[in-house]
Amino acid sequence: MSTTSEAPDTTTATKPKLRTSAMIASFADPGQKTAPAPFGHALVKAAETDPRIVGLTADLGKYTDMHIFAKAFPDRFFQMGMAEQLLLGAAAGMAETGLVPFASTYAVFAARRAYDFLCLDIAEPNLNVNVVGGLPGLTTGYGPSHQATEDIAIFRGMPNLTIIDPCDSVDIEQAVPQLAASPGPSYLRLLRGNVPTVLDEYDYTFELGKAKQLRPGTDVLFISSGLMTMRALQAAEQLASHHIDVAVVHSPTIKPFDTATVLGELAPDRLVITLENHTEVGGLFEAVAGVAVRHGSGRRIIPIALPDRFLDAGALPTLHERYGLSTSRIVQKVLSELA
Amino acid sequence: MTLTPETTVAPSPDFTARVADVERSAYRARHFALNMGEVQGQGYVGQALGSADIFASVYRDQLRFRPEDPHWADRDRFLLSTGHYAIGHYAALAEAGIVPVTELDTYGSDDSRLPMSGMASYTPGMEISGGSLGHGLTVAVGMALGMRLQGSSARIFNFLSDGELDEGSTWEAAMGAHHHQLGNLTALVDMNALQADGATETVLGIEPAEEKWASFGWYTQRVDGNSAQALLAALDNIADRTGTTGEPSVILCDTKVGRGVPLLEQREKAHFMRIEEHEWQICRDQLTAGYDGKASV
Ligand SMILES: Cc1ncc(C[n+]2csc(CCOP(=O)(O)OP(=O)(O)O)c2C)c(N)n1
Ligand SMILES: [Mg+2]
Repeated sequence: MSTTSEAPDTTTATKPKLRTSAMIASFADPGQKTAPAPFGHALVKAAETDPRIVGLTADLGKYTDMHIFAKAFPDRFFQMGMAEQLLLGAAAGMAETGLVPFASTYAVFAARRAYDFLCLDIAEPNLNVNVVGGLPGLTTGYGPSHQATEDIAIFRGMPNLTIIDPCDSVDIEQAVPQLAASPGPSYLRLLRGNVPTVLDEYDYTFELGKAKQLRPGTDVLFISSGLMTMRALQAAEQLASHHIDVAVVHSPTIKPFDTATVLGELAPDRLVITLENHTEVGGLFEAVAGVAVRHGSGRRIIPIALPDRFLDAGALPTLHERYGLSTSRIVQKVLSELA
Repeated sequence: MTLTPETTVAPSPDFTARVADVERSAYRARHFALNMGEVQGQGYVGQALGSADIFASVYRDQLRFRPEDPHWADRDRFLLSTGHYAIGHYAALAEAGIVPVTELDTYGSDDSRLPMSGMASYTPGMEISGGSLGHGLTVAVGMALGMRLQGSSARIFNFLSDGELDEGSTWEAAMGAHHHQLGNLTALVDMNALQADGATETVLGIEPAEEKWASFGWYTQRVDGNSAQALLAALDNIADRTGTTGEPSVILCDTKVGRGVPLLEQREKAHFMRIEEHEWQICRDQLTAGYDGKASV
């Protein structure tokens, strides 16, 4: 075939750079306070006092902040190769011998590739294996292969499994030792790299199984988890300038869900909106709705969540705007609901 | 059994011309990869340069397809199991006339048909969606079964990485292909000795790879994956057998990350290679100089 020209086009050197790249994958705001690799450092700290802790990964140590642990405790770190079924099966085996494994991969591979091993080898025997999943929800522009938009939906159906969706570095630092200390299995939605530090501005500590009110408000109630709590707080701030008083309740533990706190918050008559970095199917929205319905509340609840479809590839800020997770889209949504 | 192809007789003029054609196509594809990499400022350029000879050998010399009709039912299938090698595949698709050359600089940008990770729904000529590694060979088994059942002589080529040999699913597929006697299936493995956390042997040892594949019932060859001559000889060995044997074939291709650009060949190997802004032109110049030097010998 001679469909191509003789000399390759080497002219891009002079072209302006496109700014919309899928390489842009940070959800931190420019200039925001961040902490480096909070998971890796928290695991090292916990392992200093708990000799049962071991770390495993499936060829994603550098990409899940597990490399920090590997460097600090080379003898307690196990590189399992890009073999996620082996990763979770072996973690189960190590837990059977009395160790407390933290096993990291991307959320999609934990949820989709290795689910059966998590179910039968870890959750059913109720072992203290802590599965750490990077790139939860929409935190990469690589497309459906890497976007774990339904990980919570998958995992919520699994008995015994604790599910944590942390907001920031504070949540991660405080959750890691609690997960190590608590007996059953857990799934932690990992935020990696330079992770925003947000909750230190509030009277807040992470408590396994507890939702907490971060700010009171009389007009609107936001119930959020994960990085969407950061966005909820920003949106609440902006809505205040529209004279709309927004309460924010952060529920980093998705399962077991803090029914009592959420029910208490649902009692006053306010517009209720859930915010999650996850499909609207099977996540926080349905957890909150389930609690409300089960206790006889006929209140309307509005989800801010990802749509029930495969998402585009692209730059993360573009995609958060497109799918309604950006702060400005949240503000717009509230204003249109109250209009 | 394991065979290392040897050229015992002098290559025919025809073979020499085929080799030159593949080398030229690989050279052009490497330029395309550098241009795409520069658009993003970084990316899987090292992999694209390392695997360009494999893509060129198959697309230029082996694959039956119609560039104007990428869905032609009787086409040979080329499956990219290793989704992050899409940059290398796009370069080959441009060379094949399936993707316009002018479209390449949209690589990885919003609303491009050329996302960072290969996806069938985005790109003409992309047969499967990659990104989750270790899927390709399982789908290839199904396609090989399907084409055979429907009486087609089309062949299935599956490109995979050495890291994908870590996945159990790859070996499930390897057994399935042998069990179902899929002589119409060829796997090409980019043995670049690299994966995400470092050198392949430090992450999960996969050697002796030839013996593994051979013991799984595959016609196995291991070649210099940066030699068009060795690749074409190996592909010819397979073509000679196609239709006469039920053995699936694999070519283990030893390649060099960054091949063709000494600056990158000598850089510390990394899954995600950083290239500074001022280095792209140096890379292009080195690539051109190397090719011109070789061509004038
Ligand atoms: C099932 C799966 N697990 C993990 C990953 C994350 N990942 C992306 S590339 C990669 C390295 C795989 O090895 P290889 O393809 O040989 O890497 P390269 O030669 O490009 O460095 C890993 C672990 C993935 N994409 N899919
Ligand atoms: Mg490799």
